[in-house]
Amino acid sequence: MEVHVIGASTIRKEGRGKVMGSAAYADDVDLPGCLLGMTVRSRCARGVLKGITFLEGVPWDEITVVTAADIPGKNFVAGHVDDQPFLVPVGGAIAHAEQPVLLLAHADRAVAEKARRLVRLDVEELPPLLDIEEALACVRVIHGERNVLKEIRIAKGDPEPVFAAAAHVVEGVYRTGAQEQLYLEPNVMIGTVEHGPAGLEVTVSGSLQCPYYVHDAMKQLFGIPGERVRVVALEMGGAFGGKEDYPSVIAGHAALLALKSGRPVKIAYDREEDMAATTKRHPSRTRIRSAFDAQGRLLALDIDFALDGGAFTTLSPVVLSRGALHAAGVYRCPDVRILARAVATNTPPCGAFRGFGAPQSLFAIERHMDVCARRMGMDPVELRRLNVLRQGDTMATGQVMREDPGLEGLMDRAMAAIDYRALQKAYAVRNAWDDPVKRGVGLSVFMHGCGFTGSGEATMASVAGVEGRPDGTVAVLAASTEMGQGKNTVFCQIVAETLGLPVDMVDMAEVDTKYVPNSGPTVASRSTMVVGRILEDAARGLRLALVQGGFLAEPYDPEAFREAMRAAHLKLGSLKTYGQYRANPGFAWDDKTYRGDAYPNFSWACYAAAVAVDLVTFEVKVEDFATVQEVGRVVNPTLAAGQIQGGVAQGIGWGLWEEVTFREGRMANNQLTNYIIPTAADLPHIRVEFLEGGSPFGPGGAKGIGELPMDGPAPALLNALRDALGDLRLDEVPMTPERILNRLEEARHA
Amino acid sequence: MPETITLTLQVNGARRTVDTHPMARLLDVLRDGLRLTGTKEGCGEGECGACSVLLNGRVVNSCLVPALQAQDGVVVTVEGLAEGEALSPIQDAFLVHNAAQCGFCTPGMLIAADDLLRRCPNPDKEQVQAGLAGNLCRCTGYSKIVDAVRSVARQGEVR
Ligand code: FES
Ligand code: FES
Repeated sequence: MEVHVIGASTIRKEGRGKVMGSAAYADDVDLPGCLLGMTVRSRCARGVLKGITFLEGVPWDEITVVTAADIPGKNFVAGHVDDQPFLVPVGGAIAHAEQPVLLLAHADRAVAEKARRLVRLDVEELPPLLDIEEALACVRVIHGERNVLKEIRIAKGDPEPVFAAAAHVVEGVYRTGAQEQLYLEPNVMIGTVEHGPAGLEVTVSGSLQCPYYVHDAMKQLFGIPGERVRVVALEMGGAFGGKEDYPSVIAGHAALLALKSGRPVKIAYDREEDMAATTKRHPSRTRIRSAFDAQGRLLALDIDFALDGGAFTTLSPVVLSRGALHAAGVYRCPDVRILARAVATNTPPCGAFRGFGAPQSLFAIERHMDVCARRMGMDPVELRRLNVLRQGDTMATGQVMREDPGLEGLMDRAMAAIDYRALQKAYAVRNAWDDPVKRGVGLSVFMHGCGFTGSGEATMASVAGVEGRPDGTVAVLAASTEMGQGKNTVFCQIVAETLGLPVDMVDMAEVDTKYVPNSGPTVASRSTMVVGRILEDAARGLRLALVQGGFLAEPYDPEAFREAMRAAHLKLGSLKTYGQYRANPGFAWDDKTYRGDAYPNFSWACYAAAVAVDLVTFEVKVEDFATVQEVGRVVNPTLAAGQIQGGVAQGIGWGLWEEVTFREGRMANNQLTNYIIPTAADLPHIRVEFLEGGSPFGPGGAKGIGELPMDGPAPALLNALRDALGDLRLDEVPMTPERILNRLEEARHA
Repeated sequence: MPETITLTLQVNGARRTVDTHPMARLLDVLRDGLRLTGTKEGCGEGECGACSVLLNGRVVNSCLVPALQAQDGVVVTVEGLAEGEALSPIQDAFLVHNAAQCGFCTPGMLIAADDLLRRCPNPDKEQVQAGLAGNLCRCTGYSKIVDAVRSVARQGEVR
C-alpha cells in the first residue's frame, strides 16, 4: 500500500486539547501541598553583596528561605562557561540588576509576595558598564582583560589592498535593539526533591525547550549523577529561544526550595518579572566597509560585528558564531574579513531568540546593499542580481555552493507575488502628490544555516528512537519539545512515512528524560532536518527488526504491522530501535580557523514588503508582505506556512515597534502596555510560497524553517521605507515613529 | 475583611458555588476555585486577552474583573464551547487551519472569535482583524486565525 504522509497537511497532533482548553501547561497542573516560590533580585547593576536583612511583617518561621549557602553542589548554571551563579552569595559580586540573590516559598502567594518586599539587600554599589561602545572602549573592565566574552575571525583572501584600488567604497554602521521573545506563557517550573536509597533525587517539570540542558544543570547544582535527575517538558505556550537556557535557572531555584522545604515548589513568573529578568535578543552594532568595481560587482567586505552579551557568557559564543557566519549575506565576494565580538555589560544576559544572531548581521548587510546600490546609482534589485551566490561560488568560510541556491528565481517569485515593479511605478507618481501618506516597496534576500554550526551536531551525536507498543501503535522517542512549531506532528509524519503507516498510528512519547534519549536541544532549526533524519533511521530499524525477526512479511498493510508489533511484544517484551546522528559525507569544518562547511545546508529566501508612512503621525503600516522560500521538501505545508507567518510577524515587530528600553541596566518597559508587539490589526495577511528544492541531508529532503522567517522582514521593511521617504539614515531597528521623525529632521538640517 | 466570600455563578451552563478570597479576580475563581484551567493568564493587566471569557454575554478580560462582580453572573469559558466531544465550528476551524500553534492564546482567541461571529456573522478581513485586536498571539502572525474565523463565516453563508 502506498501511503504519502510527508507533504500532507496533517492536523496538529496536540491540537484538539489546545482548542478544547484541556491541554495542560505547567501552571495548569494541580499540585496539592505545593509551595509557591519567589525570587529576590539584586536591583543594582554592579556591586558587591554585603549582607541580607529580613524585616518584620511576615511569619518568617513559616517561610522557606534559600540562599547560596544552601546549594549542595556547584553554584554555577551549567553552560559554555561556568560563570553564572544560581544565587549571589554574601560577599559575592553582583553583575546585573536582575540577578537572583535569595529564594522564598510559602503556600500562600500573598504571604510570599509580602515577604519578598521585606528582604533588604546590603549592597556596595560600583559603576556599571552598560553598552557595546563603552564595553569595546574599555571604559571599565568587568570581564577578562577587555570585556570580550568571545571573539571570532573569518578571513578569505585579503580585502585591504582591494579597497585602495576599487571604483566604489561604501561604509555604513547599523544597529539593532534587544527584543523580548514574548512567548505568551510566562515561565513556570515545578521542582520536587526526594531522598532515595542512593541520595537526593531531583525532578523538575515545566515550560522548557531543552530537557537535557536542564538535566545537566541539575546534575551540577546538586552534585548528583544523571540517573537521579528527571526532567519533564510539559505543554509549552511558546518559547522562540526564550526557554532555551533560562529554564535551567528557574528549575534550579524551584528544586533548591523543594529540597529545603521538603515539599513540591512551583515558581511561576508573572509577565513583568519574566520580561525584566529573562534573556532577550542580543543588541548589535555592525560596521561594514564594502568595495565594488565600476559595474557594481562586489569585490571586498570588511565587517566588524559586535553583540551585547550582557553579564554572563550563556549562549553568546554560539549566537555570535551564527551572526558572524551570516554576516556576508548571500553574496559572492572574493575578499572578506569578519571580526565578530560579543562583549560583556552589566545588563541581564542575552540569549537565544529565533534567528540566533543571524537577523542582526543580515539586517546590516541587506540594508547596506540597498545603501550601496543607491550610492552607486544602481537599482537595489539589479545590484543583488549581479552579486548573489551561484553554484560553484564560495562563501566567506570557503564553503562551496554545491548546488545552485536559485536566488534570482526566488527574487523573481517574490517580486511577482507583491507586484514589485508596478507598485514602485505607482508609488513614484503618488508620492509626488501633496498627500501625507508616502508609500514604498523593498526586499531582502537571505539564507539561514540549518542545524548546529560547524561540528556542533557531530560533537553532540544526538540519539532518537521509536517504540513499537503492545497496543499496535508506534511511539516516537525524542527529547525534542513542542512549543507550537509542530514538531509532534512532523515527527509522526516522518516515522509514519518511513514505515508506510497512517499517521494516526504514530504518537509522541512524553518528553521525560527518564524515557526518551537525548535528541539534542530544540533549537537552531534542527528538529525536522537533523532529528527527523535520525528518526527515519530508527523507523527503518524497527521495520527491519520486525522483518528479520520473522514477525512481518513485506509488503504489509497497517493491520499486518499492528499484528507484528503485538507478536514481537509477546515474544521480546520490549520493542525499541534507535538511530544516531550521521555526518554529511564530504563536509568538513575547522573550529579553530573558521574554515569549511559551516552548515550542512542553508534555507534560502526573498521577502518583499510594501509600506505606507503617515508623515503626520510617522506611523508605518505594512500593507503587503510576500515571502518566497526554498526550504527543501515541505513536510507539512500548513504547519510550515504557520511557522513562516509567525516568524515574519516577529520580524515586523522587531523592525518597527518592539523596543526594549533600559534604564540603569534594567528593562524599564517590562509590561505589555509599553512593550508593543503586533496585534491582528497591525499586520497584513502574510503571503507564503515554498519552492521545493531537494536536500540530500534531511528526511525526505527537508531542511530547517523555524528561524528563517525572522531574518528577512526588518531589512525588507527598512528598504521599503527608504523607497517611501527618500535618502534617510535608516540604519537601526526598531524604526519607530520617533526615530523616523528624528531622521527626517536630521535630513532636513543636513 | 472576611477571610473568604462565597460566590454563586453559572459557568458553562452549570450553577457553581465557590469560596474565594475577597480580592480574587474572576480568573482566579475559574482557574483555582473551579479548576477550569483552559482560561490562561498571559499578563494579568488586561493587555493580552489570554484570559478572555464571556461574562453576561460580553467578552471580558477575566484578569481585570473582581470576582465579586461575577456574583450571580453567567460565564462561558473555552471549556464551554464544545458539546461533549464535538467541537464547535470555530474550534474545528482553528484545528483545521492551524490557527492554534502553541495554543496559549487560543482559549481567549476562541472566545473572542465566537463572540465576533455572533455579533457579525459575515465579517470581512478587516472586521476580523479589528475584532481580535485585543487578543495577542505571538506564534501565528494572525494570518491563519483570520483564515479560520472567515472560513466559519463563509460556511454560515452557505447554510
Ligand atoms: S491575562 Fe488578562 S489580559 Fe492578559
Ligand atoms: S498560538 Fe501561541 S500565542 Fe497564539
